[in-house]
Parts: sequence; structure tokens; C-alpha cells
Amino acid sequence: MRSLLRLWPFVRPVRGRLAAASVVAVVASCISLVIPLVLKWLVDGPVAEGDPGGAWLGGGYLLLLGVAEAGLFGLRRWLVARPLARVEASMREALFRHVQRLPVAFHDRWSSGQILSRATTDLQMLRMFLAFPLTFLLVNSVTILVGCAILLAQQFWLGLVLLAPVLPLMVVCSVFEAKYALAARRALDQVGDLTTVIEESVLGIRVVKGFGRHRSQARAFRQLSHELRATELHKARLLAAIWGAITFLPELAIGAALVLGTVQVAHGGLSAGTLVAFLSTALALRWPVDSIGFLLAMSNEASTATDRYFEVLDEPVADDAPERAPAAAAGETARGRTAGDGGGGLEFAGVEFRYPDAPRDAPPTLRGIDLHVRPGETMALVGTTGSGKTTLTALVPRLYDATAGRITLDGRDLTTFTREEARALVSVAFEEPTLFSATAAENVLMGGEHLQEADLRRALEVAQADGFVDALPDGPGTQVGEQGLSLSGGQRQRLALARAVAGRPRFLILDDPLSALDVHTEAKVEAALRTVLATTTALVVAHRPSTVLLADRVALLSGGRITAVGTHHELLRSHPEYAALMSGASPAAEEARRAEEAPGPADAGETEPVGSPPPAGGVTPRPDGGDTR
Amino acid sequence: MTAPSTDLPPERHDDGRVSATAAAPGGPSGAAAGPAPGDAFERDVLPAPDGASRSLLRSLLAPHTRRVWAAAVVLLLQQAAVQAGPLLVAFALDRAVPALRAQDSGPLIAVAVAAALCAAASGGLQYLFVRRSARLSQDVLLDLRGRIFRHAQVLSLDFHERYTSGRLISRATTDVESLRELLEEGLEELISVGLSTVYITAMLLYLDWRSGAAALVSAGPLYLLVASFRRRSRRVYGTKSSAIATVIVKFTETVNGIRPVQAFRRERSNEAEFARLNRRHQGVNGDALLEMARYVALSGLVANTAVAVIVLWGAYRVAAGGLPLGVLAASVLYLRRLYDPIDRLGVFLNSYESAAASLGKIAGLLAQRPSVPEPEAPISLPTVAAGRPGRTVTFEDVRFAYRTGGEVLPRLGLTLAAGETTAVVGSTGAGKSTLAKLLARFYDPTEGRVLLDGVDLRELSTAELRRGVVMVTQEAFLFSGTVADNIAIGRPDAGRAEIEQAAKAIGAHDFIAALPDGYDTDVRKRGGRISAGQRQLVAFARALLADPAVLILDEATSSLDIPGERAVQRAMDTVLRGRTSVVIAHRLSTVEIADRVLVMADGRIVEDGPPAALIAGRGRFAELHRVWRDSVG
Repeated sequence: MRSLLRLWPFVRPVRGRLAAASVVAVVASCISLVIPLVLKWLVDGPVAEGDPGGAWLGGGYLLLLGVAEAGLFGLRRWLVARPLARVEASMREALFRHVQRLPVAFHDRWSSGQILSRATTDLQMLRMFLAFPLTFLLVNSVTILVGCAILLAQQFWLGLVLLAPVLPLMVVCSVFEAKYALAARRALDQVGDLTTVIEESVLGIRVVKGFGRHRSQARAFRQLSHELRATELHKARLLAAIWGAITFLPELAIGAALVLGTVQVAHGGLSAGTLVAFLSTALALRWPVDSIGFLLAMSNEASTATDRYFEVLDEPVADDAPERAPAAAAGETARGRTAGDGGGGLEFAGVEFRYPDAPRDAPPTLRGIDLHVRPGETMALVGTTGSGKTTLTALVPRLYDATAGRITLDGRDLTTFTREEARALVSVAFEEPTLFSATAAENVLMGGEHLQEADLRRALEVAQADGFVDALPDGPGTQVGEQGLSLSGGQRQRLALARAVAGRPRFLILDDPLSALDVHTEAKVEAALRTVLATTTALVVAHRPSTVLLADRVALLSGGRITAVGTHHELLRSHPEYAALMSGASPAAEEARRAEEAPGPADAGETEPVGSPPPAGGVTPRPDGGDTR
Repeated sequence: MTAPSTDLPPERHDDGRVSATAAAPGGPSGAAAGPAPGDAFERDVLPAPDGASRSLLRSLLAPHTRRVWAAAVVLLLQQAAVQAGPLLVAFALDRAVPALRAQDSGPLIAVAVAAALCAAASGGLQYLFVRRSARLSQDVLLDLRGRIFRHAQVLSLDFHERYTSGRLISRATTDVESLRELLEEGLEELISVGLSTVYITAMLLYLDWRSGAAALVSAGPLYLLVASFRRRSRRVYGTKSSAIATVIVKFTETVNGIRPVQAFRRERSNEAEFARLNRRHQGVNGDALLEMARYVALSGLVANTAVAVIVLWGAYRVAAGGLPLGVLAASVLYLRRLYDPIDRLGVFLNSYESAAASLGKIAGLLAQRPSVPEPEAPISLPTVAAGRPGRTVTFEDVRFAYRTGGEVLPRLGLTLAAGETTAVVGSTGAGKSTLAKLLARFYDPTEGRVLLDGVDLRELSTAELRRGVVMVTQEAFLFSGTVADNIAIGRPDAGRAEIEQAAKAIGAHDFIAALPDGYDTDVRKRGGRISAGQRQLVAFARALLADPAVLILDEATSSLDIPGERAVQRAMDTVLRGRTSVVIAHRLSTVEIADRVLVMADGRIVEDGPPAALIAGRGRFAELHRVWRDSVG
């Protein structure tokens, strides 16, 4: 339950209202206790004595108290309504803000369903806690204490009899709390898992449909929802037990008090009226006592929800201060500067990267990358599937930070930039072209606030997207993305490309930017892209020769290192692994072919020997499809 | 005799943690979402027939009718045990005290036994009721979640392309949650409210019919109040449920697109947008809470005024000698309790309206009919020849247009011979993917038929259809779970050896074996990072495992490098030899292995023939091929 204290920063802004509401609730509860007393007084006094003036007075009091009671209970709700909605909203906003800034590595680990369920179910639970148990644990405790005091004052021994169940109830409650907290946690986690299955089954609907796997998806869903049901029933058993105990013990105590009181009345130690009054008070306390069961349950769930919420909020955001002051990097800037263009391009020196959640014994994904992309140069990055090309490109906009080594942008160490600065310089077209629910124009121009209509046109033209975008129902103003028109893979890719080039970035990173384009469009995009690449320092991940030819030079990534750099034709001649990648033949076959064509040892140039096994595992290529060049 | 014990309950389960059964007073509100102009999808109100949410609730509870009654009886008994307290007090004072004075402890012992029994019964029955009602509500929720999920899975692609995953999640989580709140305490609230109202009104009428009648008169304004509250809160909750859905949509979209969000520094503008949506929800949320506050204040006002007036009137009659004092005393105590349930009724209605709004949205979702329905009387495909396991595909006068009107495929006739590999090329928008989607029955043709070995695809059951046709798309989606699980989607009953064999055939074995836990690596957990190309290989392994008669590859090799593409081609030539395949690819390298090439433009087939013949000709394909040759260098 201690975790609930962590809600304080969010509750703080509305603490006045909340405190006022609690006071109002206490007063209203007291009025509720007073009204029966007034009724008794009215009946026993003025009415019994036939005093019309007194009856009017009593009726007036009654009306006044009634209006006050109704007004105060309404006021309590009015006081907290907006503030509580605000607390919930501000917590959700804080979560969103935080989640957006969490490193990509966090998102790799967490399914979005688990994050989402925290933003919805858990926060609703917290609002409910603030609205009710928080106030009424206080109000009811006060009521119970006052009631007990009244009982003890009226009849000390009978009062003690009534209070006897308190101790066992406390023990039962604490046992319950411990068990219930575990179950509540499990239930919430299972809701998160369920959310994930639902989300995936929609995002992967094409696969599900393509293979006719509705049933097995439904089975997975059913299993999870059955697990959730089992947990909920376990919770209900616990709840039923505590509720039963909380009903049973006080009832028993009241019964005992009744019997003992009756004996005393019979022996004249007690008047009948006093016993009735005493038991009335005891009965009035029944609801506050009964309520403790579900108040505790709700508080418990809220506490679990708080834990889950803060699990995400406690994740450290990527620290946005530069690791080294720019001043310290001044020397490097000078050294890294190359002649001519006033910048040093993009340089990787001994860059090593290991995913934070990778097993300890696994080698780092990238180990010792040395690569220099000269200012204005376009470098293609080639490597087998899964060799780490995308990982390498993700280091430049600081989506991940290199675990060792140094990356410099125009001679300045990347770590001396804030992420914000680095990302302003670097623009990326991702392998998966994600569009957001916004207009096509907004999707393209999302890289910068200063971008104009002209930038949009230019970017669309470069990506050869102007044609289809203008043909959309509302042109560039058409809603696309999840909540808009769905576009084909090629169209999405072109918009993503337009997005990357729209801001005329200093550095451009294109991750297999033409993979989904047809040959004609590809050729046109290439032509237009060349004009952009001519003035930009670019790193282009490429899978095939057509994309490679956009670049001035090619770097081959293999075994976590750059093993060769050169022009396409150089590498094709000199480097069997590269030639194999570009032609689809196995390196051995490629070597043999080359030996035939050009007898004598091939000039390795700046390439290094290749250590990694050939990608296709030595399978002999089909004779008719071995070489597509 | 009995002290007012329930002055506080109105405050329980604040802001709508509660309740309904089909027996809700006045009848549950009907569909909050009627047919509306404008885009129903955009406004998140799918049309549902009138009273759809009511009949949904009824159909959810119908299988549990007996258990609903059983739970109700348990609660009635429990309430009876609880309400017996005051009677025991009366009995003790009237009988046991005189008996004791006469040295007869019999009645006292009876009181003691009865009190113990009542205590045990109220505790025990409480225990039983909580368990029973939890079981009931959990079963209903399980059913509802399952229905939403299964229905969503059955709905066609064009639905999903518009509805968004965020909304669907919202339906299956927050909307189900609001029904849960209704069920968990609804029955209890409803029964105890009804029970005490009836009991106390009867008691009042019996004691003093004038006071009773006056109390009944006060029901008039209260009824109006309740009606206005229902009207207002229904509106608020309808808006609220949509508002939270937009928040969820924004949230999922951002989380799923976190890379571009961060790389393009969208954090701030996203925050502004999210804050706007979130604030809108906050406003509606506040409105809903305020509606409740308004109701609590107004109903309390009416009730307390009625009590004061009736008491005063009674006092006058006592003074005038028309009413015995004791009767007034008892009536006054009962009156006070008569109005207690009004607030609880508000809480109940509140959660009822919240649940009704959610149910309306769920009903709207469930009312959506799949545009690609399952046949009522499925036909099975003729058996295939062992030597040539492919099937003949025929497009018979097929025309396809979107419901919005855009025609994608004008009339088209086409036959693909069994066992043949056909490549389809053409620029974006030429209709290649539509052709593939019609063949995979992701859509049904607007006119004409698509036949598989002479059988209309619309007459095949899903299972039969997917044994016949499998489509691998560019978006190779991986589900949570292990790599092996993901491959096994192709054929769930496949053993590990078959899975590995499929992976080997496609050249995916090496990278999978190199993952931390090999085939058992969870794709979402430690070290399970899989690149786009690798995902496409896994998707291919799925298809190999499924071993369909007809395989459709829609840009399925776009992220593969050339060796990967070669491996795919090899697998098609060996493992899938003899299957009919349709390959849509931008890369002409893939096309070269085809037996036949179709060139499409504007939804029409403009060239058709073996690749060599087309290359040798002077048509579009020859031109494409030349461009491509040049680009390959």
C-alpha cells in the first residue's frame, strides 16, 4: 500500500479540493448521524408534548439539515469531479510524455499492450481510488472511532463486547491484503497480455487471414482470457472470504451484546430505551465497518496499479544532456575537419554496439566499425540479412548509443550533441515506412515546423510521390495512416522517403529506401534522389545493385565490422563476398567465375579477408538463375 | 427500532463502479449509437439496430438465467438475515425480558441462537453471493471478450483498414471493463434497492396510509429526476467512450511508431496533440462525474424535503389527535430509510449508462457483417493429382470496385494453369495486389467469380480455402512468441523437425540457430531482434510449412537481399514444385523463374506470355526488362 504515496506529486495540485471534499464528507456524514437524533427529539419532545411551535421548529431544523446534507454530498462530488479527471489526465499525459522519450531499447522490450493497459485500466483504477477509498477510508475510520467512543461512553462493558471482533478482523484484513495484492497484480498483468494479443491479431490480420488462423488466434486469446478469469475468480474467493468475515464477526458481536443487554435489562441494570439507543448506534456503524472490505480491496488494486504505472515512469529516459561539453570537443572538430566543404562528414571510429538486453556471452552486434563518409558523399551499406546494417544506421540519429567508439558529425563527436540536435541534423527513411494518422502533407513535413509548401512539393517530387498524392481525394490534405486512407507499401515508402528529404537534412540515412517500388518508379526516384544526394552526406542501406548505384562508394558490413570499402565495380571485382551478395551466387562459385574471367590473384585493394561464412550456406545456385547481372 | 444504517451507501463505488442486469428498471437504454450521417468510422459510431445493446446484454445473460436467479435468491436470503436484527431486538425486549424476569431463560436462548444463526447466515451467504456473482460476471465477460475478438477476426480486411487497432483494443478493454463494473455490483444494488423500497413502502402504508401516500407522491419528482439523469448521463457516456478511444488510438500509434517519432522529433507536437485528445476526455470525464454530483444533490434535496414535510404533517396530525405517537415514530424512522436507495439507484444508473454506451459501441462492432462471409454450406475441393499438387485458378468475368466507388479492376478473365508460376508486374495502382487479394479471398469480387479447380472461393470454408491458397505479403508480421511458434502458424500441428526443415529450405535456419535460444527465442524478448529481411524469411517458412496448392507472393521478397531471394526461388522450385504460384514483384529477377508473365496497367492485363517471349518482343515488359538490366549494372 505504500506505493500509493507515490501518487502525491500528481495529487498535489488538487490537494486543496481533495482535502475540502474530505472535510465536507465528514461534515455530511455527521449531519447524517444527527438527523435521526433530531427526529427522535422531535417525536419525544414537541410532538409528544403537543407543542405546535416546537414541531414547526423541529420541522425547520429537519429541512435545514436535510438540505445541508444533500447539498454537502453533492458539493463533495462537485469539488472532486474536475480535479480527479485532471489527475487521471495528467498521469496519462505524463506517461505518454515519458514513453515517447524512453529509448528505443525500452520499446524493444515492452509490448505496446502492456504500456497501453497502464494508460487506461490502471489509471481508471487510480482515479476511482482517489475518488472514493481515499476519502472514505478516512471518513469511515473517523465515523467508526466516534461511534466506538459513543458506544463505550454509553455502556462500557457492552461496548467492549461489540469491539471484541476488531482484533481478529485486523488480523484477517492483513492476511487478506497480502494475498489480494498478489492476485490483483497478476490480474492486471494478464489484462496487459490480453491487450497485446488483441493488438497483434489486428496488426497481423493479413497473416491471420492469409493462413486462415482465426481459430488458433482465438484459441490463444481464449487461453489468456481463461487465465484472467481464473485469477479474477481467485480474487473473488479472497474477497468473498474477507467480506464474509467482516459481515459475520460484527453481527455476532451485536447478537452477543443484545443477549447480554437483555439480561441486564431483565435484571434492571439497564433501561430498555438505553439498550435500543445503544444498538441503534451499533447498527449505524455497520456500513462503515462493512465498507472496509471493499475499500481495502480497491486500495489494494490501486496500489498495484500504481506499481505498474511507475514501472514505466521509473524507466530512465535517455538523458538529453550531451555527454561531453561541446567545448571539449572543439579540438576534435578542428582535427576532424577535412578540406573543402567545412565539415568532416560522417565518421565512425571503433564503434561497438551491443543491445542492452543481449545475452552477456553473445558477441556485440557491431564490433569495431571504422567508416568515413566524406562530406557530400553517398555511401551504400551492404551486408547479409541480419548483419547489423539497420542497427548501424540507428546509431546516427542516436536512437541507440554506441557502447564504445566514437561517431562524429562534421568532426563533432555525436555524444556532444543533444539527441534533439543530432536528430535535427540527421534525417532517416526507415525500412518500415510508418505513416501516422494525419494528412499526407503533415506526414511528409513532420521533420520540421519551418517547412513550407514548396518543401512539400520538392520532397514529393524527389520521392515521385506527387502523382499519387495529388490524385488522392483531398490531395496532400488527405488523411492517411491508421485512421485514414490505406496506401500501398510502395506509396507508403515513397511518403517516408519524401519525409526524410523534406527538411534538406545535413545527413541523410536511407534504409533500403526503394525496396517496395516497381522498376519504373524506382528508376525515376533514383534519378530525382541523385540531385538530393549530390549535396547531402548520406548513408544508404542497400540490398541490390540498383540501390547501390546511387552511392559514390560502398561499404561492406560483415561480422560486425566494415570489411571493405570501394566503388561498386571495384568491390564486385575484388571481393567475393560482395559479389556473392550482389549476384546471389555463393562466394565460392563467384571466386571460381572470377578466376576464369581474370586469371591471377584478384587485387584485394582496401578490402580485408572475409571471416564470416557465406550467407546461403554453400548451396549450389540454380544454373539458370545464378547470375542476374 | 432500527437505526438508519445506510446514510452513507449512496457514496459507495463512486463514479460508476457498478451494474446491470437485463431486469434493469425502466428498461436499459437502447443503442446509443443510431445510424448517423457522416463517416460512421470516423466518428466511432458504427450503426447498430435499435436496442442492440439491450439485446446484446440479454443474449450475454441468457445462458446464465438460472444462475442469475440463484444469485438473486442468495442475496434475498442474505438481506433477510441482515434485516432480522431489528426484529430480534423487538423480540428480546418484548418477550425475553419478561420471561427472564419470570425465571424463564428459554426465549433468551432462542434470541441468542437466532442471533448466532443470523450472523452466520449473513456472513456465509455474503461469501456465497460474492463468489457466485463473480463467477457469473466473469463468465459473461469471458463470453463478451471472446465474441469481440472472434468477430474482429472474422471481419474482413477492409473493415480493419478503417477501424484501427486502437479502437478495437478500446472495445475489448475499457468498454468490457465498464460492463464488468455494472455486473460486479449491479445485481446486488438492484436487488437491495428494489427490496428495501418495496418493504419500506409497504410498511409505511400499513402503519399510516396517509404518510405512505405522501411518500408515493414524492416518487413523481424523483422519477423525473431519474429520467433526466439517465438522459444526460447517456449522452455523456457515449461521448466519453469515444473520447477514450481516440486517446488510445493516438497512444498506440505513437508507441508502435516510436522510431520515426523520435527520429523526426515529433515528441512535442505529439504531446500537444495527445494533450488535446486527453483534455477532451478529461472534460467529458469531469462532465460525467458532475452529472452524478448534480443527481446526488437534487435527489437528496427532494428526499429530505419530503421527509421534513411528511414529518411535519404527521406532527400536526398527532397534535390534532389523529395519529398515535408511536406510529409517527416508526413511520419517521422508516421514511428516512425509504429514500436511502435513491442515491444508490443513481450510482447504479450511472454505471448502467456507462455500460450501455460501451455495449452500444460493442454492439455496433458486432453488427458489422464481414464483407467476405463464410459460406453456409461449404463445398470441398476435388482431390489433387499426386504428381501435380497445384490447382487451376480461374478469374471469371471478375470486376472489382471499392465500396466508395473507385473501380480497380474492370472486367477481367484469366486462367492460371495448375502448377504454373505466374509473375504479375506493373506499376503501383495497376491492380496487381487487388488481383492477389481477390485470389486469397481477402476481398470478394464486385462481379464475377474466382474459381479454384472450378469451385467458387466463396463456397469454401476458411480451413479448406487456406489449404488451397496462402498469401505471403510484404508486411511480414511476427506475433509474440517464439520463432518456432511464428513458423508454425503455417501449420499448427507441425512438429519441430518439420519447422526446422521449412526454415532450412528457405535459408533461415542459420540465423535462427544463431539467436540466443535458437527456435525458442521469443521474438519480443531478450536478443530476439529480427531484421525486416529475416522476418520475410520467417514468413516464407510459414508458407512452406502450410504447403498450399496455390501460393501468392505479394512483394514478399522486397526486403531480402539477393542471396535470400535466391533461396526463396530455390525453395519454390524444390519444396513447392508443382504448386500454382502467383508472384507479384518489382524485381524482375523473380520474374525470370516464372512460366508466364502478366503485365498489368490500369487494372487490365496488357501483356501475357512466357518471359523469354516478352523480353524478346517490343512491349512494356521488354522495356521494363531493359531498364532493370541497366540498373543491375
